[in-house]
Amino acid sequence: MARALSLITLRRLAIATVAVLAAGYALAFFYAPEDADQGFIQKIFYLHVPLATVALLGFMVAAVHAIRHLQTGDPIHDARAYVSIHISVIFGLAVLLTGAIWAKGSWGIWWEWNEPTLVSFLIVFLLYATYYPLRYAVEDRDRQARYASVFAITAGAFVPLNFLAVRLAEPLIHPRTFSSAGGLPGSMLFAFLVCLAGMALLWVTLIWFELDAKRASGDLGRIRRALEATA
Amino acid sequence: MTPLLAIESAELYVAGAYLVFLLLLLIYVAIMAAKLQRIQRELRSLAEFAESPRGRRDLGRVREREGRIESAREGAQR
Repeated sequence: MARALSLITLRRLAIATVAVLAAGYALAFFYAPEDADQGFIQKIFYLHVPLATVALLGFMVAAVHAIRHLQTGDPIHDARAYVSIHISVIFGLAVLLTGAIWAKGSWGIWWEWNEPTLVSFLIVFLLYATYYPLRYAVEDRDRQARYASVFAITAGAFVPLNFLAVRLAEPLIHPRTFSSAGGLPGSMLFAFLVCLAGMALLWVTLIWFELDAKRASGDLGRIRRALEATA
Repeated sequence: MTPLLAIESAELYVAGAYLVFLLLLLIYVAIMAAKLQRIQRELRSLAEFAESPRGRRDLGRVREREGRIESAREGAQR
Protein backbone atom coordinates (compact mmCIF):
# COMPACT_ATOMS: atom_id res chain seq x y z
CA MET A 1 0.00 0.00 0.00
CA ALA A 2 2.76 2.43 1.03
CA ARG A 3 4.75 1.48 -2.08
CA ALA A 4 1.68 2.03 -4.30
CA LEU A 5 1.10 5.43 -2.66
CA SER A 6 4.74 6.44 -3.16
CA LEU A 7 4.32 5.89 -6.93
CA ILE A 8 1.61 8.57 -7.00
CA THR A 9 3.06 11.96 -7.82
CA LEU A 10 1.32 15.29 -8.26
CA ARG A 11 1.87 15.14 -12.02
CA ARG A 12 0.35 11.64 -12.33
CA LEU A 13 -2.55 12.64 -10.11
CA ALA A 14 -3.20 15.77 -12.22
CA ILE A 15 -3.16 13.72 -15.45
CA ALA A 16 -5.58 11.17 -13.93
CA THR A 17 -7.85 14.02 -12.77
CA VAL A 18 -7.99 15.62 -16.23
CA ALA A 19 -8.64 12.21 -17.86
CA VAL A 20 -11.45 11.22 -15.46
CA LEU A 21 -13.09 14.67 -15.57
CA ALA A 22 -12.92 14.74 -19.39
CA ALA A 23 -14.42 11.23 -19.56
CA GLY A 24 -17.12 12.17 -17.02
CA TYR A 25 -18.25 15.30 -18.85
CA ALA A 26 -18.06 13.56 -22.24
CA LEU A 27 -20.40 10.90 -20.80
CA ALA A 28 -22.66 13.56 -19.26
CA PHE A 29 -23.07 15.47 -22.53
CA PHE A 30 -22.88 12.71 -25.18
CA TYR A 31 -23.93 9.47 -23.45
CA ALA A 32 -26.41 10.31 -20.70
CA PRO A 33 -29.88 11.12 -22.09
CA GLU A 34 -31.53 14.50 -21.64
CA ASP A 35 -33.79 14.67 -18.60
CA ALA A 36 -37.44 14.21 -19.60
CA ASP A 37 -38.62 16.82 -17.11
CA GLN A 38 -35.91 19.51 -17.14
CA GLY A 39 -34.33 19.01 -20.57
CA PHE A 40 -30.79 20.21 -21.37
CA ILE A 41 -30.46 22.42 -18.28
CA GLN A 42 -30.27 19.27 -16.12
CA LYS A 43 -26.66 18.86 -17.41
CA ILE A 44 -25.70 21.29 -14.59
CA PHE A 45 -26.50 18.38 -12.24
CA TYR A 46 -23.24 16.64 -13.30
CA LEU A 47 -21.26 19.64 -12.06
CA HIS A 48 -23.35 20.95 -9.18
CA VAL A 49 -24.03 17.69 -7.26
CA PRO A 50 -20.45 16.26 -7.42
CA LEU A 51 -19.14 19.66 -6.28
CA ALA A 52 -21.56 19.74 -3.33
CA THR A 53 -20.85 16.11 -2.37
CA VAL A 54 -17.07 16.57 -2.49
CA ALA A 55 -17.22 19.92 -0.63
CA LEU A 56 -19.27 18.43 2.24
CA LEU A 57 -17.07 15.31 2.42
CA GLY A 58 -14.02 17.60 2.37
CA PHE A 59 -15.27 19.41 5.47
CA MET A 60 -15.60 16.03 7.20
CA VAL A 61 -12.09 15.00 6.08
CA ALA A 62 -10.84 18.25 7.65
CA ALA A 63 -12.54 17.25 10.92
CA VAL A 64 -10.76 13.86 10.85
CA HIS A 65 -7.38 15.60 10.32
CA ALA A 66 -8.23 18.02 13.14
CA ILE A 67 -8.92 15.06 15.49
CA ARG A 68 -5.55 13.54 14.47
CA HIS A 69 -3.90 16.91 15.15
CA LEU A 70 -5.33 17.13 18.66
CA GLN A 71 -4.34 13.50 19.32
CA THR A 72 -0.76 13.69 18.06
CA GLY A 73 0.09 17.42 18.02
CA ASP A 74 1.69 16.86 14.59
CA PRO A 75 1.42 20.14 12.59
CA ILE A 76 1.05 18.20 9.30
CA HIS A 77 -2.50 17.22 10.36
CA ASP A 78 -3.32 20.87 11.08
CA ALA A 79 -1.97 21.83 7.63
CA ARG A 80 -4.08 19.08 6.02
CA ALA A 81 -7.21 20.24 7.88
CA TYR A 82 -6.52 23.87 6.86
CA VAL A 83 -6.02 23.01 3.18
CA SER A 84 -9.05 20.65 3.14
CA ILE A 85 -11.26 23.47 4.43
CA HIS A 86 -9.71 25.94 1.97
CA ILE A 87 -10.43 23.79 -1.11
CA SER A 88 -13.88 22.80 0.18
CA VAL A 89 -14.81 26.47 0.69
CA ILE A 90 -13.82 27.16 -2.95
CA PHE A 91 -15.92 24.16 -4.06
CA GLY A 92 -18.74 25.44 -1.82
CA LEU A 93 -18.66 28.83 -3.53
CA ALA A 94 -18.88 27.04 -6.90
CA VAL A 95 -21.88 25.02 -5.57
CA LEU A 96 -23.71 28.23 -4.60
CA LEU A 97 -22.97 29.93 -7.93
CA THR A 98 -23.81 26.95 -10.17
CA GLY A 99 -26.92 26.27 -8.05
CA ALA A 100 -28.11 29.85 -8.47
CA ILE A 101 -27.64 29.63 -12.26
CA TRP A 102 -29.53 26.32 -12.35
CA ALA A 103 -32.32 27.80 -10.18
CA LYS A 104 -32.67 30.81 -12.48
CA GLY A 105 -32.86 28.56 -15.55
CA SER A 106 -35.28 26.04 -14.01
CA TRP A 107 -37.43 27.98 -11.54
CA GLY A 108 -36.92 31.55 -12.80
CA ILE A 109 -35.38 32.72 -9.52
CA TRP A 110 -31.74 32.96 -8.37
CA TRP A 111 -32.49 32.01 -4.73
CA GLU A 112 -35.34 30.70 -2.56
CA TRP A 113 -35.06 31.52 1.14
CA ASN A 114 -37.80 29.00 2.11
CA GLU A 115 -35.93 26.02 0.61
CA PRO A 116 -34.09 24.10 3.38
CA THR A 117 -31.46 22.62 1.01
CA LEU A 118 -30.29 26.02 -0.26
CA VAL A 119 -30.34 27.80 3.09
CA SER A 120 -28.65 24.94 4.97
CA PHE A 121 -25.81 24.80 2.44
CA LEU A 122 -25.39 28.58 2.71
CA ILE A 123 -25.20 28.23 6.53
CA VAL A 124 -22.49 25.54 6.22
CA PHE A 125 -20.57 27.71 3.71
CA LEU A 126 -20.77 30.83 5.92
CA LEU A 127 -19.76 28.77 8.97
CA TYR A 128 -16.57 27.65 7.22
CA ALA A 129 -15.98 31.14 5.83
CA THR A 130 -15.45 32.25 9.45
CA TYR A 131 -12.63 29.68 9.88
CA TYR A 132 -9.95 32.02 8.48
CA PRO A 133 -10.71 35.20 10.48
CA LEU A 134 -11.10 33.05 13.64
CA ARG A 135 -7.85 31.22 12.99
CA TYR A 136 -5.79 34.35 12.32
CA ALA A 137 -7.31 36.20 15.28
CA VAL A 138 -5.02 34.03 17.47
CA GLU A 139 -1.35 35.04 17.23
CA ASP A 140 0.37 32.15 19.03
CA ARG A 141 0.93 29.43 16.37
CA ASP A 142 0.30 26.43 18.68
CA ARG A 143 -2.86 27.90 20.16
CA GLN A 144 -3.99 28.97 16.69
CA ALA A 145 -3.62 25.38 15.41
CA ARG A 146 -5.41 23.90 18.47
CA TYR A 147 -8.34 26.35 18.29
CA ALA A 148 -8.61 25.82 14.52
CA SER A 149 -8.75 22.04 15.12
CA VAL A 150 -11.53 22.43 17.69
CA PHE A 151 -13.44 24.59 15.20
CA ALA A 152 -12.92 22.06 12.37
CA ILE A 153 -14.18 19.18 14.57
CA THR A 154 -17.26 21.08 15.78
CA ALA A 155 -18.17 22.33 12.31
CA GLY A 156 -17.39 18.90 10.81
CA ALA A 157 -19.88 17.27 13.20
CA PHE A 158 -22.46 19.86 12.11
CA VAL A 159 -22.19 18.83 8.43
CA PRO A 160 -23.81 15.33 8.63
CA LEU A 161 -26.37 16.58 11.18
CA ASN A 162 -27.28 19.39 8.81
CA PHE A 163 -27.52 16.94 5.89
CA LEU A 164 -29.82 14.68 7.94
CA ALA A 165 -32.02 17.59 8.99
CA VAL A 166 -32.44 18.67 5.37
CA ARG A 167 -33.38 15.09 4.36
CA LEU A 168 -36.06 15.05 7.06
CA ALA A 169 -37.40 18.51 6.15
CA GLU A 170 -40.18 19.00 3.63
CA PRO A 171 -38.71 19.99 0.23
CA LEU A 172 -40.13 23.12 -1.38
CA ILE A 173 -38.67 23.17 -4.89
CA HIS A 174 -35.17 21.64 -4.64
CA PRO A 175 -35.31 17.88 -5.42
CA ARG A 176 -33.78 15.41 -2.95
CA THR A 177 -31.10 13.70 -5.06
CA PHE A 178 -31.34 9.87 -5.15
CA SER A 179 -34.25 9.83 -2.72
CA SER A 180 -37.12 9.42 -5.20
CA ALA A 181 -38.27 5.90 -6.07
CA GLY A 182 -36.06 4.27 -8.67
CA GLY A 183 -33.47 7.09 -8.60
CA LEU A 184 -31.44 7.93 -11.72
CA PRO A 185 -31.52 5.75 -14.86
CA GLY A 186 -28.37 3.61 -15.32
CA SER A 187 -26.68 5.76 -17.99
CA MET A 188 -27.23 8.98 -16.01
CA LEU A 189 -26.00 7.33 -12.81
CA PHE A 190 -22.86 6.03 -14.55
CA ALA A 191 -22.04 9.48 -15.98
CA PHE A 192 -22.71 11.05 -12.57
CA LEU A 193 -20.43 8.57 -10.76
CA VAL A 194 -17.55 9.23 -13.22
CA CYS A 195 -18.03 13.02 -12.73
CA LEU A 196 -18.08 12.48 -8.95
CA ALA A 197 -14.84 10.44 -9.13
CA GLY A 198 -13.26 13.19 -11.29
CA MET A 199 -14.32 15.92 -8.87
CA ALA A 200 -12.97 13.92 -5.91
CA LEU A 201 -9.66 13.50 -7.78
CA LEU A 202 -9.60 17.26 -8.50
CA TRP A 203 -10.09 17.94 -4.77
CA VAL A 204 -7.21 15.59 -3.86
CA THR A 205 -4.96 17.12 -6.57
CA LEU A 206 -5.59 20.67 -5.36
CA ILE A 207 -4.97 19.59 -1.74
CA TRP A 208 -1.69 17.94 -2.75
CA PHE A 209 -0.65 21.00 -4.82
CA GLU A 210 -1.38 23.45 -2.00
CA LEU A 211 0.29 21.26 0.65
CA ASP A 212 3.43 21.05 -1.55
CA ALA A 213 3.44 24.85 -1.92
CA LYS A 214 2.95 25.31 1.84
CA ARG A 215 5.78 22.86 2.58
CA ALA A 216 8.16 24.68 0.19
CA SER A 217 7.21 28.03 1.71
CA GLY A 218 7.75 26.64 5.24
CA ASP A 219 11.18 25.21 4.30
CA LEU A 220 12.22 28.58 2.86
CA GLY A 221 11.12 30.31 6.05
CA ARG A 222 13.21 27.86 8.11
CA ILE A 223 16.33 28.53 5.98
CA ARG A 224 15.78 32.30 6.26
CA ARG A 225 15.34 32.11 10.06
CA ALA A 226 18.47 29.91 10.41
CA LEU A 227 20.51 32.41 8.37
CA GLU A 228 19.15 35.35 10.36
CA ALA A 229 20.08 33.59 13.62
CA THR A 230 23.75 33.37 12.55
CA ALA A 231 23.97 36.94 11.17
CA MET B 1 -21.28 30.00 -37.07
CA THR B 2 -24.43 30.22 -34.91
CA PRO B 3 -25.12 33.72 -33.62
CA LEU B 4 -25.23 33.95 -29.79
CA LEU B 5 -28.90 34.96 -29.67
CA ALA B 6 -29.90 31.81 -31.54
CA ILE B 7 -28.60 29.62 -28.67
CA GLU B 8 -31.42 28.42 -26.45
CA SER B 9 -31.50 29.83 -22.94
CA ALA B 10 -31.00 26.37 -21.35
CA GLU B 11 -27.71 26.04 -23.23
CA LEU B 12 -26.67 29.51 -22.05
CA TYR B 13 -27.38 28.60 -18.41
CA VAL B 14 -25.47 25.32 -18.73
CA ALA B 15 -22.52 27.11 -20.38
CA GLY B 16 -22.70 29.81 -17.70
CA ALA B 17 -22.56 27.29 -14.84
CA TYR B 18 -19.59 25.41 -16.31
CA LEU B 19 -17.76 28.67 -17.16
CA VAL B 20 -18.25 30.01 -13.62
CA PHE B 21 -16.65 26.85 -12.22
CA LEU B 22 -13.79 27.08 -14.74
CA LEU B 23 -13.26 30.74 -13.87
CA LEU B 24 -13.10 29.97 -10.13
CA LEU B 25 -10.58 27.22 -10.83
CA LEU B 26 -8.50 29.57 -13.01
CA ILE B 27 -8.50 32.29 -10.31
CA TYR B 28 -7.31 29.70 -7.76
CA VAL B 29 -4.57 28.43 -10.10
CA ALA B 30 -3.46 32.03 -10.87
CA ILE B 31 -3.19 32.83 -7.13
CA MET B 32 -1.22 29.63 -6.51
CA ALA B 33 1.03 30.36 -9.52
CA ALA B 34 1.79 33.82 -8.08
CA LYS B 35 2.66 32.19 -4.72
CA LEU B 36 4.94 29.65 -6.41
CA GLN B 37 6.66 32.45 -8.36
CA ARG B 38 7.35 34.25 -5.07
CA ILE B 39 8.80 31.04 -3.58
CA GLN B 40 10.99 30.57 -6.69
CA ARG B 41 12.21 34.19 -6.45
CA GLU B 42 13.12 33.77 -2.77
CA LEU B 43 14.80 30.44 -3.50
CA ARG B 44 16.87 32.09 -6.26
CA SER B 45 17.96 34.91 -3.96
CA LEU B 46 18.86 32.38 -1.23
CA ALA B 47 20.84 30.32 -3.76
CA GLU B 48 22.73 33.47 -4.87
CA PHE B 49 23.41 34.31 -1.23
CA ALA B 50 24.62 30.74 -0.50
CA GLU B 51 27.06 30.99 -3.43
CA SER B 52 28.52 34.31 -2.22
CA PRO B 53 31.62 34.22 0.13
CA ARG B 54 29.56 35.64 3.01
CA GLY B 55 26.82 33.14 2.36
CA ARG B 56 29.27 30.21 2.41
CA ARG B 57 30.60 31.42 5.75
CA ASP B 58 27.09 31.90 7.20
CA LEU B 59 25.88 28.53 5.92
CA GLY B 60 28.88 26.92 7.60
CA ARG B 61 27.76 28.53 10.85
CA VAL B 62 24.18 27.32 10.29
CA ARG B 63 25.45 23.74 9.80
CA GLU B 64 27.57 24.02 12.94
CA ARG B 65 24.61 25.36 14.90
CA GLU B 66 22.28 22.65 13.60
CA GLY B 67 24.91 20.01 14.45
CA ARG B 68 25.11 21.36 18.01
CA ILE B 69 21.29 21.33 18.32
CA GLU B 70 21.16 17.76 16.94
CA SER B 71 23.82 16.44 19.32
CA ALA B 72 22.11 18.19 22.27
CA ARG B 73 18.82 16.55 21.26
CA GLU B 74 20.49 13.12 21.03
CA GLY B 75 22.09 13.70 24.43
CA ALA B 76 18.72 14.60 25.95
CA GLN B 77 17.14 11.45 24.44
CA ARG B 78 19.88 9.27 25.96
